[in-house]
Amino acid sequence: MTPAAFAFYIFATTTVAGGLMTVVSRNPVHSVLWLILAFLSSAGLFILLGAEFVAMLLIIVYVGAVAVLFLFVVMMLDIDFAALKAEMARYMPLALLIGVVILMQLGVAFGVWGFADGVEDRIAAPMGDAQNTASIGLLLYDRYILLFQLAGLILLVAMIGAIVLTLRHRVDVKRQNIVAQMMRDPEKAMELKDVKPGQGL
Amino acid sequence: METIILFAPLAGALICGFGWKILGETAAQWVATGLLFLAAFLSWIVFLGHDGVTDQITILRWIESGTLATDWSIRLDRLTAIMLIVITTVSALVHLYSFGYMAHDDNFREGESYRPRFFAYLSFFTFAMLMLVTSDNLIQMFFGWEGVGVASYLLIGFYYRKPSANAAAIKAFVVNRVGDFGFALGIFAIYFLVDSVKFDDIFAAAPTLAETQITFLWREWNAANLIGVLLFIGAMGKSAQLILHTWLPDAMEGPTPVSALIHAATMVTAGVFLVCRMSPIYEFAPEASQFIVFLGASTAFFAATVGLVQNDIKRVIAYSTCSQLGYMFVAAGVGVYSVAMFHLFTHAFFKAMLFLGAGSVIHGMHHEQDMRNYGGLRHKLPYTFWAMMIGTLAITGVGIPLLYLGFPVGFAGFVSKDAIIESAYAAHNGYAFWLLVVAALFTSFYSWRLMFLTFYGKPRGDHHTHEHAHESPMTMLAPLGVLALGAILAGMIWYKPFFGDSEKVAKFFGIPEAVAMAEESHGEEPAADEAHSGEEAAGDHGEDHHFAFGGDPGDGAIYIGPDNHVLDEAHSVPIWVKLAPFISMLLGFGTAYQMYIRRPDWPAKLAQNQRPLYEFLLNKWYFDEIYDFLFVRPARGIGMFLWKRGDQGTIDGGINGIALGIIPFLTRLAGRAQTGYMFTYVFWMVVGIAAVLTWVSITGGTN
Amino acid sequence: MIAADIQVVLPELVLSVFAMAALMGAVYTIKDRAAPLLVWTTSGVMVLVALWIAIAGPQGSAFEGSFTSDGFSVFAKVMILMSGAAILLMSEGYMARHGILKFEYPVLITLASVGMMVMVSAGDLIVLYMGLELQSLALYVVAALRRDSIKSTEAGLKYFVLGALSSGLLLYGASLTYGYTGTTSFAGIIEATEGGVSTGLLFGLVFLLAGFAFKVSAAPFHMWTPDVYEGSPTPVTAFFATAPKVAAMGLFARVVHDAFGGVVGDWQQIVALLSVLSMFLGAIAAIGQRNIKRLMAYSSIAHMGFALMGLAAGTVLGVQAMLIYMAIYVTMNIGTFAFIMSMEKDGRVVTDIDALQMYSKREPLKALAMLVLLFSLAGVPPMVGFFGKLYVLRAAYDAGLGWLAVAGVLASVIGAFYYLRIVYYMYFGEERDALDPGMSPVLWGFLMASAAVMVVGIVNLFGIEPAAAAAAASLVN
Repeated sequence: MTPAAFAFYIFATTTVAGGLMTVVSRNPVHSVLWLILAFLSSAGLFILLGAEFVAMLLIIVYVGAVAVLFLFVVMMLDIDFAALKAEMARYMPLALLIGVVILMQLGVAFGVWGFADGVEDRIAAPMGDAQNTASIGLLLYDRYILLFQLAGLILLVAMIGAIVLTLRHRVDVKRQNIVAQMMRDPEKAMELKDVKPGQGL
Repeated sequence: METIILFAPLAGALICGFGWKILGETAAQWVATGLLFLAAFLSWIVFLGHDGVTDQITILRWIESGTLATDWSIRLDRLTAIMLIVITTVSALVHLYSFGYMAHDDNFREGESYRPRFFAYLSFFTFAMLMLVTSDNLIQMFFGWEGVGVASYLLIGFYYRKPSANAAAIKAFVVNRVGDFGFALGIFAIYFLVDSVKFDDIFAAAPTLAETQITFLWREWNAANLIGVLLFIGAMGKSAQLILHTWLPDAMEGPTPVSALIHAATMVTAGVFLVCRMSPIYEFAPEASQFIVFLGASTAFFAATVGLVQNDIKRVIAYSTCSQLGYMFVAAGVGVYSVAMFHLFTHAFFKAMLFLGAGSVIHGMHHEQDMRNYGGLRHKLPYTFWAMMIGTLAITGVGIPLLYLGFPVGFAGFVSKDAIIESAYAAHNGYAFWLLVVAALFTSFYSWRLMFLTFYGKPRGDHHTHEHAHESPMTMLAPLGVLALGAILAGMIWYKPFFGDSEKVAKFFGIPEAVAMAEESHGEEPAADEAHSGEEAAGDHGEDHHFAFGGDPGDGAIYIGPDNHVLDEAHSVPIWVKLAPFISMLLGFGTAYQMYIRRPDWPAKLAQNQRPLYEFLLNKWYFDEIYDFLFVRPARGIGMFLWKRGDQGTIDGGINGIALGIIPFLTRLAGRAQTGYMFTYVFWMVVGIAAVLTWVSITGGTN
Repeated sequence: MIAADIQVVLPELVLSVFAMAALMGAVYTIKDRAAPLLVWTTSGVMVLVALWIAIAGPQGSAFEGSFTSDGFSVFAKVMILMSGAAILLMSEGYMARHGILKFEYPVLITLASVGMMVMVSAGDLIVLYMGLELQSLALYVVAALRRDSIKSTEAGLKYFVLGALSSGLLLYGASLTYGYTGTTSFAGIIEATEGGVSTGLLFGLVFLLAGFAFKVSAAPFHMWTPDVYEGSPTPVTAFFATAPKVAAMGLFARVVHDAFGGVVGDWQQIVALLSVLSMFLGAIAAIGQRNIKRLMAYSSIAHMGFALMGLAAGTVLGVQAMLIYMAIYVTMNIGTFAFIMSMEKDGRVVTDIDALQMYSKREPLKALAMLVLLFSLAGVPPMVGFFGKLYVLRAAYDAGLGWLAVAGVLASVIGAFYYLRIVYYMYFGEERDALDPGMSPVLWGFLMASAAVMVVGIVNLFGIEPAAAAAAASLVN
């Protein structure tokens, strides 16, 4: 077993285990932490594939941003997971059975796995000596421009959605009015009163 | 003009039936009546101006399907012309009469408007009947045939609150279906063999049919005979001939004007009309004709016997109608179609009059119909009495026998009925002849019995009713007057063209004459050219007995085969034959006089002494009971079985079981699966995936 | 080269740019007060684009075959845009009355429509996924548009989570497919499957179809439908029931024919199974419903079952039948939802079918229109809806799926029950408190037009038949 293969199995096992634990762990905060582990191992897999740019993206974006955001959200939510789990537990035996069935099916499928004729011709050819970053840029903005733009649209929709569903204009709170502040005339804003000692206004 | 005649009643029915709310009741009724009088007037013009040549007036292209091509067109020949005047005249008079008769009716609630409906039905019936008689093909005829059936159903059941009226309506409809089934089979057979339903084509094919064999009901039949019998079965239903006659007396449940129009003058004669119309077929179907004669004579006799003992005034007349229709069929069966039409024609007048007269009596007696509660009414209802008297004289056949002033002298019935009896003798059909003579005796008896019971003697029954008996209004008496005229004169005026010498008959019906040949070759040769033979015949006076009808089937209104000499021979029957009906009439009159005027206690005694016979007759030979046992009860049994076991048990049980048991169960299941919890939904999705995966790996994952 | 490619996606591009421009314009000016204007403009633009596509739309393949514009996509896009425009018009009044007419609504609908257009034009699994997500994300948002209502947010959330799961299934199927064939392009897949398929690819196909089945709400992937239909604002429900269904059906057809057209036998059985399950489930489960929106959800499940029946035939006729069926279905639903949107009592939305008791007495014309529509939905012969069913049944029968056709007839008989029950209520029910009279002219117009189409259309189905045939022919070859 080459070191590369050894690393692959380590990372792969960790990824799968992390995913599994994400699902089964009782504490949602733990789940997110397990998820981060899975992301990290995936990044390792990407590095093994020689896609170091993607690996870094994964760590920065997913681990650094998404997962941390998740963590905050999960910690802020007040959900009685135990109650939900109890309801779910009733289905557990049946769900397990079906899970096993699907696993067996997939096992059979992978057991007799074969590639179609001419797979090699259809698989995208390596980009040669170009750097990863450059290659991705070339592909994204040329061949996959349509997908890239569509992805942009999806993000736009996500943004619009987030705003539409959450933004509230509250009328009963006092807001800062910058123009009003700037145009304030000290003369009018203040009135000097000469208060005599020992007397009220 | 013919189109106007045909559609005026339809327009009347539509306007009156649907427009009365706008027009007002009375106006609507007058519209219907007025249109009918217009039709009647035009019909007389057509009839009197008709030259005997067949005319065809296409109204529209109607059915076009494969080889079945049918126009809606009017076939105007003598038969149609006769029927036109009969139908429109009687109908118009009945419309008028109904103004009085239907003015008040206890069968309807106060303020309920039934009159426009009644008039609309009457007009609709008239339209359907006209469609029947003017038709140019069997399909159109069948539509008219069914149309009059529907109208008859509606009118018999007009008093829809009376269960007996509804039952009678259903009975009439159902019994007629039996006949119509035969009629329809006849049409199918004709279409099957001739490939057309047009009269022209059918008549032209008649000689061929006579030589064709056809398999029906597992045996070979002569096509012409089979068709003849099948069509006659239809006629039996419509014309209430024996076996299928049971509906007619019950149909008297309808208002009396309906009985006069539909069940005496017009619809019931449709069968006779059909046989005459199809004369080219019957001329080639001797067995079928024999069957008609047999059944007609039997009916005439049977109905007359039953008529002897009935007490309901309308039923007596109904049986009389039945009997008279038998006469007509005998005439048609022996091959003197013109005589059949003659009797149809005269009968329409005097029978309509009898009915309307009876209606007038009933009206005057506050809807009392039992003759045993009448008596001595001739002073209370003088006009009605005289009308009924004329009708009775006509139907019993009063006239001066053996006196011939260019026409026989006598009432309409005398002329036409004697013609039938003589024809039956001339056709060497002893069975028919004797039955008809006896029937004539009975006819005379029951008709006079009706007169004596109603108008003579002492008032019987409820005093109150008798005190308030009153003569009918003018609208009811006027039609009686018109019909009386017909009942007296129709026979004498139209004797020649219907039953006079063959030449006149031929001219009247537009039958081309065969070349008057020597005895050996009676008209075997085709009708040469008609103009020529016409001229020749013109110089042929005095040789009546050598006259032969010619032409191909379908050339004239009726077809009389070259071997058919009944018409001629009927004129040369022995004197005693000519006297026979007259003598039976006198006998009948005498007996009735003896039993109901001189010794009114005799009938009761006779009924007592001859109990079984009396019961037998009173119960109409037990036909209804036999039918009830043979058909109605088994049918009801089967129906009940299918309903209880088949419908309720199997179908309702099955369908309801699924619909009300399993489906709601599944619905509840589906509802329960829809828990609202997401994990349930996911669960089902995964189950679905697992199931499909399993299925795929079992069935499709082989390669 | 890129110019030529952009030429092909120009309609989508135009709509996207319009959506962004509208968004920016509204945000920086009067915001929600611009919404009514924006709704009308959007629907006008959508109609214009639809007409452009129909008459002179660009044809061809772009981006190395990952985007195809052909007769089939033209037909589907016109349907999508037209129905989207109609629903937008119908929703304006309703949403304004209930205070949820935000200017983002037309923008989201436009972007969803772009996603749908991409879906039916996809020539590549990734493009397909992008279109699908663009559409779905926009729909998740509009489902929850009435964000103060628990039901609405629940609907949005359920739709979102289940949609994510279905996307996962779809992606898993796509990756299996990629793993077997080495490509994501349809052209490559069909080439790779020439010599038959392995179990692995078959599983991939199953997962893909499961993802599509979720989008068309075919049983057993339908569970979200009733909840989402019920919870969403009615105009959004109307939208769900029309354009996205067409798009998902189009996508379904495109994938099974363009990518897996060589192995018809393998997916035919799966589609037939989905079809028969949907038809029966839709028919049976709807019987218990008294909420008309849930009822329409089950109705749409059953209808999708029928459309899938056409697809299951796997023939040109089948696709044609499916397209005709969808066109009829969309027309019927627009009319029906126009009516449902007008169901209010004292200004509050009513969805209980009991409220329709004796409706014919008060509003004979509208009741008659509904009668026509419901008869058509049930597939009662004189109405156009019957011909839709007839087409798919014939297609299935011709393709040797006689059992499926028989099942379809049975299901439609069962399903007729709940449509006819509404008719029964409207005409023979017992008197209840009346619904509010009146109806906005727009809704009235759509209701009457849709009902009229159901009757008049029996003449020649407005010539949709040859168009559908051409579209089907361009897809199946």
